[in-house]
Formats: sequence, structure tokens, C-alpha cells
Amino acid sequence: MTNALTAMLAVNPVPWARSQMAFTLAFHIVLVPLGVAWGFITLIANYRAIKHADADALLLAQRWSKYMAVTFAVGAVTGTVLSFEFGLLWPRFMGRFGDAFGIPFAIEGLFFFLEAIFLGIYLYGWKRLKPWPHFWTGVPIVIAGIGGTVSVVAANAWMNEPSGFTLNSAGKVVDVDPWAVIFNKAMPLQSLHMLIAAYLVGGFLIASVYAAGMLRGRRDRYHRIGFIIPFTVAAIAMPFQMLVGDELARWVYNNEPVKFAAIEMVPTTSSDVPETIFGHLNDQGQVVGGIAIPGLASWLSDPSDGSSTVVRGLDTVPASERPTNAEVDVVHLAWDAMVGLATLLFLLAIWYLGTWVFRRRMPKSALFLWIAAAAGVLSVVTLEAGWVVTEVGRQPWIVRNYMKVEAAATGNTGVWATFLAVLVIYAAIGVTLVLVLRLMSRRWREGEVDSESGGPYSPRPEPTKELVP
Amino acid sequence: MSDVVAVILMIGITAYALFGGADFGAGFWDLVAGNARDGSTPRSVISHSIGPVWEANHVWLIFCLVVLWTGFAEAFASITLTLFVPLSIAALGIVLRGSSFAFRKEVTRTSSQRNFGAAFALSSVLVPFCMGAVAGAIASGRVPAGGKVGDPWSSWINPTSILGGVLAVTTCAYLAAVYLVWDARRLGDDEMVEYFRRRAVAVAVVTGIVAFCGFFVLHDDARYVFDGLTSRALPLVILSAICGIGSLVLLLRRRHSGARVLAMGAVATVIFGWGVAQYPYILPTSLTLTAAAAPDPTLWTVVIVFVVAAILILPSLGLLYYLDQRDLLDAPVEAET
Repeated sequence: MTNALTAMLAVNPVPWARSQMAFTLAFHIVLVPLGVAWGFITLIANYRAIKHADADALLLAQRWSKYMAVTFAVGAVTGTVLSFEFGLLWPRFMGRFGDAFGIPFAIEGLFFFLEAIFLGIYLYGWKRLKPWPHFWTGVPIVIAGIGGTVSVVAANAWMNEPSGFTLNSAGKVVDVDPWAVIFNKAMPLQSLHMLIAAYLVGGFLIASVYAAGMLRGRRDRYHRIGFIIPFTVAAIAMPFQMLVGDELARWVYNNEPVKFAAIEMVPTTSSDVPETIFGHLNDQGQVVGGIAIPGLASWLSDPSDGSSTVVRGLDTVPASERPTNAEVDVVHLAWDAMVGLATLLFLLAIWYLGTWVFRRRMPKSALFLWIAAAAGVLSVVTLEAGWVVTEVGRQPWIVRNYMKVEAAATGNTGVWATFLAVLVIYAAIGVTLVLVLRLMSRRWREGEVDSESGGPYSPRPEPTKELVP
Repeated sequence: MSDVVAVILMIGITAYALFGGADFGAGFWDLVAGNARDGSTPRSVISHSIGPVWEANHVWLIFCLVVLWTGFAEAFASITLTLFVPLSIAALGIVLRGSSFAFRKEVTRTSSQRNFGAAFALSSVLVPFCMGAVAGAIASGRVPAGGKVGDPWSSWINPTSILGGVLAVTTCAYLAAVYLVWDARRLGDDEMVEYFRRRAVAVAVVTGIVAFCGFFVLHDDARYVFDGLTSRALPLVILSAICGIGSLVLLLRRRHSGARVLAMGAVATVIFGWGVAQYPYILPTSLTLTAAAAPDPTLWTVVIVFVVAAILILPSLGLLYYLDQRDLLDAPVEAET
């Protein structure tokens, strides 16, 4: 008993720390698009409501902002956990590179502040502020969401492409160029890719709820607008994401060859590399199974050279400096999932946009609505897969070519316990969040009439002593 | 340069204590407000009071973490290495607190409100206690620098940490009660004004006694900080005591707005007093501010961000508090009746 306990307490913290970081990030990242894109989507409805005196849009804008209050709160606190975890799980990384890595977060802090302040005003300002001033208090939320995303992803991009610092012989950071840290080479494309992803996931996820509603026969104007506003945002963003994603993949080909080799599952350097769909590496590190499309990976890497383009393989670096075979399998599968699902979503967006162009209305078939209803969850999976590609693809490095994950981790052997606690608490919060959002929606459907002393934009009522608990 | 960033860090900690701390304190009053029926009025005052502002107040914590890890990365690493346990508890407490507060507002069944309310209120006490214990661990020199790991338990379960934890909880409760008196008055609820005023007076007395006893604890357990507090930080300590006593007197005389200002002054001066007492160390007595400080360009970035924040954020925060105090912010439009 004591032995078992000691053994448990003495477990290596590194795999637990990785699991905890991966899990908390994967959880938080679902809330990010809602924080970043929902404000914009709500403001579109709000604008329509004021400009065209559209009661349905007004109702949507209010309800969305109420949902947003809940998701933003959970997003804010799960984001805080991540800040703690930088230190709790990776103290040696922060101790050594905080001087540089911390800089984008200082900028992000500014945006987060703005976002929280104006969210407080916007969410609570419906009743007493005048329509247009109230609308404008929502605009900083959108700007701050964009700025915050770009800053945080700049920090992540720096881990992929560390720059802007000088190390002395002891490995301590002795000089920093903040500009070069923020605008590292991976930052522009990676930030843009995540920013568009946030709008895609936000749009598809919100629209999917109304698509499901329409499938259940709620085909009134309220549901239609509730679908059209977010879905249009996502559909317009989708083609841009395909271009940015393609550009980013080629950037990775040129600048992070090992990650690219993992993505395309290329064991040895060669030209005329096939695009392998699915498949895995065996113990000898050879590709097994999957469907190979001859020459396509080479061709996509650099179309000007066609299939004669040379793709560097995993063997260009020693095994200790590249992802393990199992990790390569994960990266490759995540890549297939991301590209495959994104293509599906792209086709869905084309269907939608095409119908608008040619028929001046949204597609109404049940098939379209079914796919649209699934698109919310599918876009979340796509987003998660993209993060798996960039994070697992960087292994074993935490700061590429400077520090390995092993060397960054805490020595605290109790991480397995915090991981379990996090797992339980987050699972409870995740389930409750969904239940609470559903409960709100059901209550509105049954109760109706948005009036509690006058509703939005109404004159200020007499001060009353009574409080709604 | 590192001193300037240290002052910015102190400002962040003070702001978090004054605003975020009061939100935690409100959770404490929520916890002790009694059963669902008796406690419903004070709970609704609390919910009304912190609803629009708690997230903005919470950002001060992020601000402090970012300044610490960017400006004094080695100190951040040492603190998180040694104080893994209380910081993990605090982080999970923050998640529980924020989510359950948001959930509680949206559920209608009394039993679910009670469950979320309990999670919100309990974590509101747990988090400041852990934060105070962390401060105590640092002040008493139990966090070693240089990649060494202090004792995972005794580093934060010791006289100074317990003092810090208890003081953090009572201080938060005190600030919250003083603010809630003000909020209740704005709502025109005389009964609640009296309710929170009585509690503010009681907890003010408790906080004063704990702080007084604290001197003996620090004398034995955190000698460097004790010496600092009784020498170069002495004016701040005296000022804090005067503010504290003054706010108590004003509370007794029902001068609520003055009491609020003096209460804030008492807390701000004691936090700055701690900082001055620790000087020039960030981790007494193993790591100085200068040794922990990042290269100058990084420190400059922190200063510039702080200045931009002062220009951009302060007016926005001012607008938020102004609208809130003028009652222009109300609960989000209720879709149900």
C-alpha cells in the first residue's frame, strides 16, 4: 500500500504535465471562437435591429449576448488556468524564456482588459443605454478579440520560430528585441489562420443550433436570421481560410521541414513524394497502409517544380530531435482530419453562397440543413486537429531547437493529481455549460416575451426596491 | 529600471486586491448569508453588485502574472516550482468560482442555484486564502531561487502563510462589506445598508486584531520583512493603521463614502508597505529585483504597455464603473419574466 502510494507519488511528471496542458488548451480553444467571433456576429444582428427596426434581429442580439456572458466567463477563467499552468507545469521554460515569450502576453493583457470592460458594459447596457451608444460599446469587444487572438498566437508562433533574443554561454537570455519576438516569422500566417478559424468555428457553431432548430420544424423568420447571420460570416471566411492554410502549409515546408515531414509522413528525403491519406509508420519507420496519390505532396509543396520538388524527410535530423513514430502518426492523422473536414466545410460554404447568388435565398433542403447542423461540431474538430498538427508536430521541442519539453517541465511529482482534478472539474463545467445554454434556450422558447420592466432600449423605470434574485 | 517594473507589479497587485479582492469578499458574504430564504436579499445585492464588473476586475490577476513572468521570469519560475500546491488550488478555485457564478445567474431551480452558489462562495474563500498563503511563503523567505525547489508543504503551511491567508480572507470580506454598504444604499435598500454595515464593522475589528497579532508572527517567522516593516516601511504601516481605524470610525458614524475611500487606502498602503519592506528582494533573501529582472528592452516593453494601459484602459474602466455606479448597467435583458 505504502509502496504503491510512493510509486504513484514518484511518477514522472512530464507525461502528466503534457496531458494537462493539452487537455486544458483543447477545452479553452473551443470557447475562444465564441469569445472572438460571437461579439461580431451579435453586433451584425444588433446593427440590423436598430437600422431596420428588426424585432427578430434585436431578440437574437440580446439572447446571443446573454449566452456570450456565460461562455465568456468560462473562457476567461479557463484562460486564467493556462496562465497559471505556464508556471506550474513549465517553470523551467518560463524561468529561462519568460523574458521573451512573455512579451506578446503583455500586449494580449491589454486586449483582454478592453474586452472584459466593454463586455461588462455591452452585456449589462441593453436596458439603460441608448441604442447607438450601446451598439458602439460592442465594437471594442470585436477589436480586442482580434488583437488578443493575434497576440496569443504570436507567442505560440514564437515557440515554432524563436527569434529576437540573445543567449549567453550559460543559456540565459541576455538581450531581447521585443519587435522581433512579436513579429517572428511564423506569426503573420499562423495568427491569421487562427483568427479566421475563430470566425469559422464561431459562425458554424452558432448557425448549427438554428439549423437543428429548422430541422425540427422551427422555420420561422427568427430561426432563419439566426442561421443566416453566423453562417454567412463563416461561409465568407471559408475560402480565405483555404488560401491562408495553403500558404501556411508551404511556409511550414520551407521553414519547419521536420514538422512538414511529419504532416506528410515522409520518412526519407526524396522527390516525387506521394500524398498519403491515412496510413501509419511501422517500427522501422516505414509508411504502412493508407492511400498514396503519386507525386501530389511534392507538387503541392512547390507547384512550380511539380512532382520533382524535394521534400525533406524525418531522417534529416537525429531521432532525438524529431517527433516519435507514434507522434508522427498523430500529426499525420490530425492533418488528414483538418484538411478533409475543411474541404467539406468549404464545399458547404460554396453551396450556400452559390444558392444566394443564383437563387437569392439560402438552401432549404433537409440535406443542407443536416450538414449545416453537423458543421458546428465538425468545425470544432477541424480546429482541434489543426492545433494537434502544430503542437505535436513541434515535438520534442517546446522552443524549437532551443529547449525540449522534458527540460521545461516541473519536477513536481504531484502533477498526476492536479491532472485528475482538472479532468473532473472541467468535465463537470463542460457538461454544465452545455446544459445551462440549453436550459436558457428552452426557457426562452417556453416563456417568451422579453420583458422585465420594459425590455431593451426602453425609458428608465422608476427606481424600485425590489430585486430579482 | 527593474524598480519601475516592480512598482507596476505592486500597482497591479493592489488593484487586484482592491477590486478583485472585493469580489472574492462578496463571495464570502454570500457564503455566510444563511439559508436560501434568509439569504436571498443579500445574495441578490451581491450578484447585482459584482455582475458587470467582476471579469474586468479579474483581469488584474492576469496583469500581475504577465508582469511577473515577463519582467521577473526567474522569480515566477521559483514561485511556481515551490508553491505548486496552493497555486494549483487557487487556479482550480478560480475556474469553479467564475463558472458557477455565471451558471447561477442562469438557472432558476432553487436547488441548482444553491449548488452553484455554494461552489461560488466556497471557492471565493479558498482562492484568497491560497493567494495570501503564497504571499506569506514569499515574505518569509521560503521560496528559494536558482531552480531549487522549496518544501512543497511547509513552504505554505507555516505561521506567516496562515497569517497571510487569514488576512487576505478578512481583508477581502472587509472591502466587500464596505462596498456593499454603498451598493445597497444606491439600490435604496436601507435594511441591507444596515446589514452590511454591521458586518463591515465586525470584520474590520477582526482584521485589525489579526493584523496586530501578525506583527508577532512576522517577528518570529519572517524577520527580513518584519525589520523592513518596522523601519523603512514604517510610515506606510502607520498610514495603513490610521486609514483602517478611520474607516471604522466613519462606518460607525455612517459616513459611507469616506469609509470606502479609507478602507481602500488601508489595504493599498499595507500592500505597498510589504513591497517596501521586502526591497530590494523579490524573493527575500535569495533573489533581488535586479538579479531577477529581464533585459532592459523587455522591461521597457512592460513599461510601455503599462503606459498604454493607463491611457486606454483606465478611462474605459472609469466608464464601466461610472455607468455601473449611475445604475445605467443592469442585469442583461431578461428574456423570461
